[in-house]
Amino acid sequence: MDWIESLITAWNGLNANKMRSGLTMLGVIIGVAAVIALLSIGQGVQESITGSITGAGSNLLFVAPGSFQMGGVQAPSGSAASLTYADAQAIADPRNVPDATIVAPEFTGNTQVIFGSANINTKVTGATPEYLTAFGMEISRGRFITEGDVNGRETVAVLGSTAASDLFGGFDPVGQKIKVSMPGAAGGRVSLTVVGILSPQGGSRFSDPDNAIIVPITTAQTKIFDGRNAQGESVVTSVNVVVGNEERVDAITNQINTLLLRRHGFKSGEEGDFSVVSQADLLATLTQVTNILVVFLGAIAAISLLVGGIGIMNIMLVSVTERTREIGLRKAMGARKVDILTQFLLEAIILSLAGGAIGIAVGVGIALLVNASGVTSAVVTSQSVILAVSFSVVVGLFFGIYPANHAAGLKPIEALRYE
Amino acid sequence: MIAIQNMTKVYGMGDAEVHALGGVSLEIAKGEWVAITGPSGSGKSTLMHIIGCLDSPTAGEYRLNGVEVSGMDDTQLASVRNREIGFVFQSFNLLSRVNALQQVMLPLQYQRGDKRLPRGDRAKRAREMLELVGLGDRMRHLPTELSGGQQQRVAIARALAQQPSILLADEPTGNLDSKSGAEVMEILHRLHREQGLTVVMVTHDPKVAAQAQRVIYFQDGLIAEPQQQGVA
Ligand SMILES: Nc1ncnc2c1ncn2[C@@H]1O[C@H](COP(=O)(O)OP(=O)(O)OP(=O)(O)O)[C@@H](O)[C@H]1O
Ligand SMILES: [Mg+2]
Repeated sequence: MDWIESLITAWNGLNANKMRSGLTMLGVIIGVAAVIALLSIGQGVQESITGSITGAGSNLLFVAPGSFQMGGVQAPSGSAASLTYADAQAIADPRNVPDATIVAPEFTGNTQVIFGSANINTKVTGATPEYLTAFGMEISRGRFITEGDVNGRETVAVLGSTAASDLFGGFDPVGQKIKVSMPGAAGGRVSLTVVGILSPQGGSRFSDPDNAIIVPITTAQTKIFDGRNAQGESVVTSVNVVVGNEERVDAITNQINTLLLRRHGFKSGEEGDFSVVSQADLLATLTQVTNILVVFLGAIAAISLLVGGIGIMNIMLVSVTERTREIGLRKAMGARKVDILTQFLLEAIILSLAGGAIGIAVGVGIALLVNASGVTSAVVTSQSVILAVSFSVVVGLFFGIYPANHAAGLKPIEALRYE
Repeated sequence: MIAIQNMTKVYGMGDAEVHALGGVSLEIAKGEWVAITGPSGSGKSTLMHIIGCLDSPTAGEYRLNGVEVSGMDDTQLASVRNREIGFVFQSFNLLSRVNALQQVMLPLQYQRGDKRLPRGDRAKRAREMLELVGLGDRMRHLPTELSGGQQQRVAIARALAQQPSILLADEPTGNLDSKSGAEVMEILHRLHREQGLTVVMVTHDPKVAAQAQRVIYFQDGLIAEPQQQGVA
């Protein structure tokens, strides 16, 4: 029997029972598609998160009130009042922290922003002029917050590109007035004049600058939110520090720590009521989180593989009687063991390759859909494709040959009598 | 052409042991038509399966065309089954979901050596065989779309497609009514007469047995009394 002969036989075998062939292939398709789709989502989430942090520059430090633990999240907001505007000014003083090139304090809160009938719930960031350069942002129209805006507590706002189009649709927001509600019991609204629009930054930054609404920090502290602590000092929600030389990150972290411990009345070595977090710290923490996600998705993918495999196994076991009789009959008509095995091997190869190919297409299709939906990005890696396809081939071959191998060794009459 | 010496077949072991053949000796000449008959469970099918190389005996010699079969490996047995033997089962044993033409082409794909028919000629041979058994108009029918008699005729066409020297038929008319049974017998007679086919068939029907040149009567795994009879 030559190879073309074997191929024709295998093809006829598959064609004769389209239902069985289709269901077997479905098992392969489910397994392969699930592995590719899930692993690509895991990969995509991981890449976008690490990308957003490294995209912000690895020479950035955040000083935040409360304590930030590795593997944990920010401390309760009760301690949020501990970082004051005076602290930020102390950090900015070159005598205290000589290597800090830019110090940009911010006061950020969530509130409603209204223009006409458009109404979005978003973050409003109170910032100083340094904020623009600290995050490497650019103005596309108008201007950014100025020193004068901060000193005069001006009611002006700079919008991120997405926020601008969300509120204003097509037309030019510069010069328009938007309203922001004042959260808290008092209520009321503050009217802000839009003075500038940021260039699109891309959604890579995890603080999403395209959705930002930036106002003078003094305006945020006094007119929109309540930025004072019990002692009546003006507080900030974080201080962003740009380090000139990346190698000095650790040194500056220590300088800031020492400075703030002293200012807050702690002894050196004590646990303070603030934390200094570098990009590397954030990255390490978030990588822990995304690793859990990847393991979780991987577990679901493994279950899908198992389900696909069990599906294939079921179909094989259900058809084993029919196939054993077929093998007995073929042997009675002069087929050798090798002819039988070749036929079943080819059937299994055709099914697992076709199923694998469709599975790849479906899996990549799902990944593309996820990408297009914008929920998260999905990155198909060659490893996931190789993993999925080798699985499908192994399972397909194993369960394809399994019934054949035993039956082909039987005497024809035993196979024909099989029940 | 078939020479069997002291053949025994034991199924099972220990208490469950069944002596299906108790030392059978038998010779069948080329071109002969032999009917095997006898009570149920007497070992007729067992003998047929061994003659057809579908099963192996527990002991004894079996020479087919002068060649000892018992020592053969899987490949040699496959070749013997393909070249020498056409087997017709009581229960047809057609592949479900395969049409008549493809059923008949099935043994042709396992041919090897000089008798091997090129792929392109197989459909023609299969068509000829189906016409021979009177099914020229049923080539594309699936087994489920054929009557019992028609299915058995497809099985005969398939058994004879690779032009074997012996046709073994185990109760070929057992599942058929008398009319389609008679049709099947008519076809076998014609092939025997016109092509010199050696026919060995098992039957419970005395009228069918009477059509044979020789009737072998089986009882308890042994041949009871060989009878010579005239050509029907
Ligand atoms: N696979 C088997 N395992 C165990 N015993 C078997 C097996 N096949 C047949 N037998 C036994 O061997 C004996 C002969 O069986 P065989 O099928 O040859 O009878 P038979 O003459 O063809 O009967 P029937 O006319 O009913 O077809 C019976 O007693 C049967 O029970
Ligand atoms: Mg029988």
